[in-house]
Amino acid sequence: MHNKTLSELSAALQAGEFSSIELTQSYLDRISSLDPQINAFVTVTEQPALDAAAAADKRIAAGTAAALTGIPLAQKDIFCTEGVKTTCGSKMLDNFISPYNATVIEHFNAAGAVMLGKTNMDEFAMGSSNETSYYGSVRNPWDINKVPGGSSGGSAAAVAARLAPASTGTDTGGSIRQPASLCGITGLKPTYGRVSRYGMIAFASSLDQAGPMTRTAEDAALMLNCMAGFDERDSTSAQRDVPDYTANLNESLEGLTIGLPKEYFGEGLDAQVGNAVEAAIREYENLGAVVKEISLPNTHLAVPTYYVVAPAECSSNLSRFDGVRFGYRCDDPVDLEDLYKRSRGEGFGAEVKRRIMIGAYALSAGYYDAYYLKAQRLRRLISDDFKRAFEEVDVIMGPTAPEPAFGLGEKSDDPITMYLSDIYTIAANLAGLPGMSVPAGFVNDMPVGLQIIGNYFDESRLLNVAHRYQQVTDWHTRTPEQFK
Amino acid sequence: MSLTQDDVKKIAHLARLSISEDDIPSYEKELSNILNLVEQMSAVDTSDVLPMAHPLDMVQRLRDDVVTETDHHEQYQGIAPSVENSLYLVPQVIE
Repeated sequence: MHNKTLSELSAALQAGEFSSIELTQSYLDRISSLDPQINAFVTVTEQPALDAAAAADKRIAAGTAAALTGIPLAQKDIFCTEGVKTTCGSKMLDNFISPYNATVIEHFNAAGAVMLGKTNMDEFAMGSSNETSYYGSVRNPWDINKVPGGSSGGSAAAVAARLAPASTGTDTGGSIRQPASLCGITGLKPTYGRVSRYGMIAFASSLDQAGPMTRTAEDAALMLNCMAGFDERDSTSAQRDVPDYTANLNESLEGLTIGLPKEYFGEGLDAQVGNAVEAAIREYENLGAVVKEISLPNTHLAVPTYYVVAPAECSSNLSRFDGVRFGYRCDDPVDLEDLYKRSRGEGFGAEVKRRIMIGAYALSAGYYDAYYLKAQRLRRLISDDFKRAFEEVDVIMGPTAPEPAFGLGEKSDDPITMYLSDIYTIAANLAGLPGMSVPAGFVNDMPVGLQIIGNYFDESRLLNVAHRYQQVTDWHTRTPEQFK
Repeated sequence: MSLTQDDVKKIAHLARLSISEDDIPSYEKELSNILNLVEQMSAVDTSDVLPMAHPLDMVQRLRDDVVTETDHHEQYQGIAPSVENSLYLVPQVIE
């Protein structure tokens, strides 16, 4: 059962080959026997999952099933889930039982999907290796001495190890695409505003976006169908109709124009990763696509700009963790200031504190213009690069990450080196564009992802482009040996 | 851009974060390194560029001025560290 895609599982459930209870139990069994090796889950919701599966089986029997009815899924522990611990990978929220559901969770519940549990992640989604989690590092199923990427590392590892057929992630600077690349799965960050942020614990509000992490592009389309849509509870939710993302999957790529930004193939890119990406591009040429070299001249400014915008917004968002209303509170505070400072000082980990401090500094009196306003001006230049490019090309392709998964502990002492893991993914967040990572080969037995960036709200085309590639390649079907 | 240890203490206070004396040298170094990375921004003249606060040009939606929220205070305060008579308790602020 665990080697089937979502669409195959859905068909098998409808045909009565097995029940949702049997399917859910088989994944719960895999989690209990295999997850200790990779630490992908913070919480496994066994009984609620079996209850939801029983309800799904009734719905399937009644003939009122939707595409995801009865399908077990893993949810990133950033989505609030009513009655279930929602930690965001932090000691700060170790005792937080959410009193409400995120909109994304409500959508999956309404579809009759089954939540297996909540996946591990970098603390407050700040990290590229999943090593900043209060609950310990997640390990890459392809080599347990390597990182799975981050921040959605648990979600990526769970799908790669076949502990869930699909999962959700969030992406502020690459947190869906980079772990998808490092774990050899398919990940989609939709256009900013496409999926509701309500109940998704905020990191950087002008960048955060949720999306699916799956084995195939077709599965990502099924997931996005369920996740996307306008939500009045999210003030930046996009007011536009949701198309059926599965409708155009099989369209021909004849005449598709692919832009290759020369800045994405220069210094800093592992040569073998570059070769794998170039081989994928040749596959697209075989499918009838036309390749065009383009330039995104402000690419080198994306990381510096991001490390002002994201920390500034995070310092503001994380001011809600005050030790008063929910979450961690220090012991025996002597006064209110002591309560704030020690609750936050003890509740947050080192990387979160670094980013809050950078943000507080960038927003402080006398520095706002030089940092935050400057970063916002550069953000427009970076965004304008893409606008110009999309006048000439349909999609942009390049590597998702500059190298395959690195070793646990290899970069955790050097924040700057870690930040450069997201060098190719950050710009799409600054511009608000949708981006995907698709398995495109292996380097030294570790997976490599191809990144595909699309124009605003062009997720259907991205999924079509990814799907056609997956029809002629089998990288996305590979499974790590000890998780087969 | 280099921060001093005093800068680190001031920023930590602004952010209401207690950090131990022992950790201040490493924060001084790491935060300075991040600010040096960010310093690359100043090489570009952006005087003619309009700041971009948000990826999509959108305006805040307006809605009718009617009550849409229901009372959940018991549920929400049920997860608070310390509550009495529906009030959040903190150390005494006013003598």
